[in-house]
Amino acid sequence: MASLKHLLGIEGLNPASVTNLLDLAESYALLNRSGKTQRDSLRGRTLINLFFEDSTRTRTSFELAGRRLGADVVNMSVATSSVTKGETLLDTAATLNAMNCDLLVVRHKSSGAPALLAQKVGASVINAGDGTHEHPTQALLDALTIRRNKGRLSGLTVAICGDVLNSRVARSDILLLTMMGNFVRLVGPPTLVPGAIGVNGVEIFHDMEEGLKGADIVMMLRLQKERMTSGLIPSAREYFTFYGLDRKKLAYAKPDAMVMHPGPMNRGVEIDSEVADDAARSLIREQVEMGVAVRMAVLDTCARSNS
Amino acid sequence: MSILFRKIKYLDQSAQALHEGELLVQDGKIADFGASLGVPEGAEIIEAEGAVLCPGLVDMRAAIGEPGYEYRETIASAAAAAAAGGITSLAVLPETNPVIDDPALVQFLRARGEETGSLTLLPYAAATRGLEGKELAEYGLLKAAGAVAFTDGSKAIASSRTMRLALFYASGFGARIVQHPEDVDLARGAAATAGARATWMGLPYVYAAAEAICVARDIRLAELTGGALHFAHVTTGEALDLIRRAKEKGLKITCDTAPPYFDLNETAIGDYRTYAKLSPPLRSEADRQAVVAALKDGTIDAIASDHHPCDPDDKRQPFAEAAPGGAGLATLLGVTLVRVQEGDLTLPQALALLTAKPAAWLGIEAGVLAKGRPADLCLFHPEKSWQVQAGKLPGKAQNTPFDGRALEGVVLGTWKAGRRVFGA
Repeated sequence: MASLKHLLGIEGLNPASVTNLLDLAESYALLNRSGKTQRDSLRGRTLINLFFEDSTRTRTSFELAGRRLGADVVNMSVATSSVTKGETLLDTAATLNAMNCDLLVVRHKSSGAPALLAQKVGASVINAGDGTHEHPTQALLDALTIRRNKGRLSGLTVAICGDVLNSRVARSDILLLTMMGNFVRLVGPPTLVPGAIGVNGVEIFHDMEEGLKGADIVMMLRLQKERMTSGLIPSAREYFTFYGLDRKKLAYAKPDAMVMHPGPMNRGVEIDSEVADDAARSLIREQVEMGVAVRMAVLDTCARSNS
Repeated sequence: MSILFRKIKYLDQSAQALHEGELLVQDGKIADFGASLGVPEGAEIIEAEGAVLCPGLVDMRAAIGEPGYEYRETIASAAAAAAAGGITSLAVLPETNPVIDDPALVQFLRARGEETGSLTLLPYAAATRGLEGKELAEYGLLKAAGAVAFTDGSKAIASSRTMRLALFYASGFGARIVQHPEDVDLARGAAATAGARATWMGLPYVYAAAEAICVARDIRLAELTGGALHFAHVTTGEALDLIRRAKEKGLKITCDTAPPYFDLNETAIGDYRTYAKLSPPLRSEADRQAVVAALKDGTIDAIASDHHPCDPDDKRQPFAEAAPGGAGLATLLGVTLVRVQEGDLTLPQALALLTAKPAAWLGIEAGVLAKGRPADLCLFHPEKSWQVQAGKLPGKAQNTPFDGRALEGVVLGTWKAGRRVFGA
């Protein structure tokens, strides 16, 4: 397995390293399902979850992944405390260096913050979401979920729908999916889809019917409430009417198309409960399950390159 | 006390051509120049084969930290950096604390400049009180106290009404308004120029068109009022086209640009390099080329350092949170000379953009080599090279966007009124 000191983004990975990570994650997924969850490959290692933004699910997923590998896991929530005291990100880095942690999982509201930390700390830095830049473990878990359900991770048409502009998940997914040879469609109102992408294999649509036609996967993105107050879209009801995924719109995609969502969902805004809870079409629960397995693979791989 | 420079090339009064010869300084003034001069008794002789002697550079736009932000830059540290960069006259922005919107503060800055002995400080005064964009500052009194023009510095004058009043009122005193051209609404929160790079880096962005939108509005207001208007650090081809047309029309419109905008493009912010975070942000390669073209055809009236000192703590932040601005005094000449090396400008053209042209704009007796003028001089070797290194620049501010860049053109010495202020 190629060495991977930090995981700052999908940018910088190559198809072989993605496949390796997914294969390892797949094996952890099987072990997790068999109930043999406890491993000891990270025994004696310290994992710090450093979250400058609240995120219960991602933090819990990393925490569980770390514990299942035997690591000592510490959660540091600095969403408000230190920042208001005027401590800079680099002060925090110095503190963490003094604590000799091995793995540092970082979420921050500013793009590039994990990259800045990676320059200053000895630990392996894993980006758990930075601003509107990247969320690489989400893209990896999406990829694993797709591969398990479609039997491959190439030649598929994936429609990513909604607030692409403000989504780090979308950026990481686009990079990973196009790198592996899939076709990506970005679907949403013009104000939520960036005009400049500059990546081959990506098409932009402003109409769900056209955008979903022939899609193998329909990936919905969460719509933040701020998008309405900041005037990017007029109302939730208008948004749901034209861009919310319900049975009627899902019918535009392939008959066996599957639905994904990074969570947490806004039911009735970007996705209808009827679709979200349809076990035959929705992979949303499996995404959460694969999240733990993928994070185990990432932690394991980074820890090995850092030893 | 006299100094004789020998074996040098000097820029003549018209700033059209270089001549090989000698130049004599007596009693702090330029006494004579020509192919060969006699050696006065007791004269210090400076021989510098291959070097160029030009007027001390006139930098028409720099922010300095004093008063109020001395942790970033003081007048003394800015003066040291300016001397090392060959600059002997420096126009400084009013965005200090307190804001320079009172005649006493203009006089204070003038006096503090004189105290350095190496640098003439030419204060801009605020266009609006407190730089708040609402009430006009006292242009008449401020101009009488020595303010060179009126600007809200790094803040655009956003209100169309305020801009119209500023231009109209200033015209009564023959005063100029200097605008940071940017549509404030579009630019709010931006850290980079809109495009694929900003999209992938996940940075808040502003469209390059925000510059042209502001320029178009303000040109129209200048036409309406007959006011004189200068656009600072112009960075886009679209805005330069508007300025070119306004000049052809005979409007009182001028503009400058700064070295980052003709030497770097947006790729310099790769890997979240906050030293390359500037305001306005670095643009596309097409816009960089448009700035070069506008330097060549004379649309741009001057090159300014756009020096903006930042403390390491201002810059060691995630990109969107880091302060914008680059240190520029020490690299003004070297980066401008790259345009000569690449064949875009002749050496006299490049030097005129750094000396005679900004001096004429500021209305000061500097920027040309003329007999009887104070001997503000810069001696540099155009072929010697050096490397820009953040942390090793003269002065306090180390936030250079050119970190690591190799430049040709080394300042060998700087003289202010005949007194050597830089170089051994």
